[in-house]
Amino acid sequence: MNLKPETLRRIDDVITHYPVKRSAVLMLLHAIQEDVGYIPPEAIDWVAQKLELQPINVYEVVTFYPMFRQKPIGRRHIKVCRTLSCALMGGYKTCATFEEEFKTHRGEVSPDGEVTIEFVECLASCGTAPVVMIDDDLHEKVDCAKAKQLSDQIKQAAAQRR
Amino acid sequence: MPAPQQRRIIFKHIDEAGYTNDLACYVRHGGYEMLKKAVAMQPAAIIDEVKKAGLRGRGGAGFPCGVKWGLVDRKSGKPIYLVVNADESEPGTFKDRYIMHQDPHQLIEGIMISAWANNVKQAYIYIRGEMPHGARILEQAIAEARAANFVGPNILGTAYGCEIYVHRGAGAYICGEETGLIESLEGKRPYPRIKPPYFPAVLGLYQCPTIVNNVETLCHVKHIVEMGGDAYAKIGTPNNTGTRILCVSGHVQKPGYYEYEVGKITMGELLNEVCGGPLPGRKFKAVIPGGSSAKILRFGETFKLKNKDGTERVLTVEDIPMDFDTLAACGTMGGSGGVIVMDDSVNMVEALANINAFYAHESCGQCTPCREGSLWMKKITTRMVHDKARAEDGALLKSVADQIAGRTICAFGEACSWPTQSFVAKFGDEFKAYPETKNAAKPPGALDLV
Repeated sequence: MNLKPETLRRIDDVITHYPVKRSAVLMLLHAIQEDVGYIPPEAIDWVAQKLELQPINVYEVVTFYPMFRQKPIGRRHIKVCRTLSCALMGGYKTCATFEEEFKTHRGEVSPDGEVTIEFVECLASCGTAPVVMIDDDLHEKVDCAKAKQLSDQIKQAAAQRR
Repeated sequence: MPAPQQRRIIFKHIDEAGYTNDLACYVRHGGYEMLKKAVAMQPAAIIDEVKKAGLRGRGGAGFPCGVKWGLVDRKSGKPIYLVVNADESEPGTFKDRYIMHQDPHQLIEGIMISAWANNVKQAYIYIRGEMPHGARILEQAIAEARAANFVGPNILGTAYGCEIYVHRGAGAYICGEETGLIESLEGKRPYPRIKPPYFPAVLGLYQCPTIVNNVETLCHVKHIVEMGGDAYAKIGTPNNTGTRILCVSGHVQKPGYYEYEVGKITMGELLNEVCGGPLPGRKFKAVIPGGSSAKILRFGETFKLKNKDGTERVLTVEDIPMDFDTLAACGTMGGSGGVIVMDDSVNMVEALANINAFYAHESCGQCTPCREGSLWMKKITTRMVHDKARAEDGALLKSVADQIAGRTICAFGEACSWPTQSFVAKFGDEFKAYPETKNAAKPPGALDLV
């Protein structure tokens, strides 16, 4: 596992935040996922060794928390809120629009590799429903028109890169 | 009569033009003056002011903050930890997000005052994983406050010091439960702990005495120091003091956050006047008053409540003051302040199916009644919507829900069964008729909810 020097520096720093090393498990996994894109199998042993734990102690965390993934995803991660307030304002239609735009289904990598679309539970921005997170950024009041517009932006960025 | 005016204390600067989330702006607006005032006070005196203020927790349970602090084991010789519950994830709730993103120093000042009052040397902010910008903003704000000697060793020239670190969750609702949060902060699966013996005030983080407070609650502490406990207690209504932020979402003209004195505005005023009433051509049908686990209220139902003098009063849903005690007397709760409104385009079976999917996804799986029960409630309501519905499904749902509450380690058991119990109790007619109505033409504008 080749982590960037910046990631390794962050990891060594964050371990000092806790009197018990094990506490740093989630923060280390976040740092690795941000760097690598997912939690590869070797990361589990690596974190265990770093924090003086058994691999199972790390594995049980990776498999419990929904944000950690053990497989790569598309270049952009589109998370559509599924919960009640967003659904009442059209969240399911928003999600369907993204799926149509990228010819994919929830939970899969789109054929062009650009996106993975997922339903997630409440993102705590119910007053501006429906909401969507694209990577780290929250987008509010994402109706079908705005979903299409956001999709176009992602497609344009992809075209420019090619 | 016009609706009462908002009283912005916590949200004073939220969405204010020109207000930025850096230290300089905060200090320009009088920031950290209350921390200076606090460190000149005896810690016990601050706890007394918070008790006098009657501040109740804003995270969901409404437990008195001063009492919580009073329960902390101060004789153990172990360090006392303060953990900020910033895992805002109760559906319908979206207040702490704005505080952390737009006014992080208000939270940090509240943390440091509370830390001083409780002799805490180490505080953690547990922020939900889906707020990466919020985590960065808080880290930046803590660094600024540390550089200005408001956080860290020997603050403001005293011998006292306290460090704050930001810890990120990773998408699990159960981490909002305080003992689950503590397990998560210890680097484990967030399985809630059984109480007794694991009361955080005695055996919390690393088996040390621990205070877990919500973001909004800690912000209030700053204002209690500013105005004094007695003056703060005059805001709001007796036993329901201060202001609280009401988060309104769903089918109203103007959803959003509104800060009011607790109990000084009714549900009717909030929804009809402040939030502009229902969407055009619609009527209100139901409202969940305190986050999705709170029991639902049906417009048109009435509540007979006892007055102190023994007489009775009858309240409609619109008449209910938005406080802790009256909502509880009406069989529901003020919870986290998340008000979710549904109009007459909504089918209640489908709305419940949406909620049940949430709870089935979020059950930690530790206790059998909750793990199996939440899943079965989801399976039944999903089947009703997408496959065959039966007239007796409502009764079946109720029997599952009735076997969960009270049989689990944490309050998730109640949280996941209350929606089913209340939906079936109040909209039983709709559940019975669903096998026929589900295939009828949907009202215009009706949306998929599951």
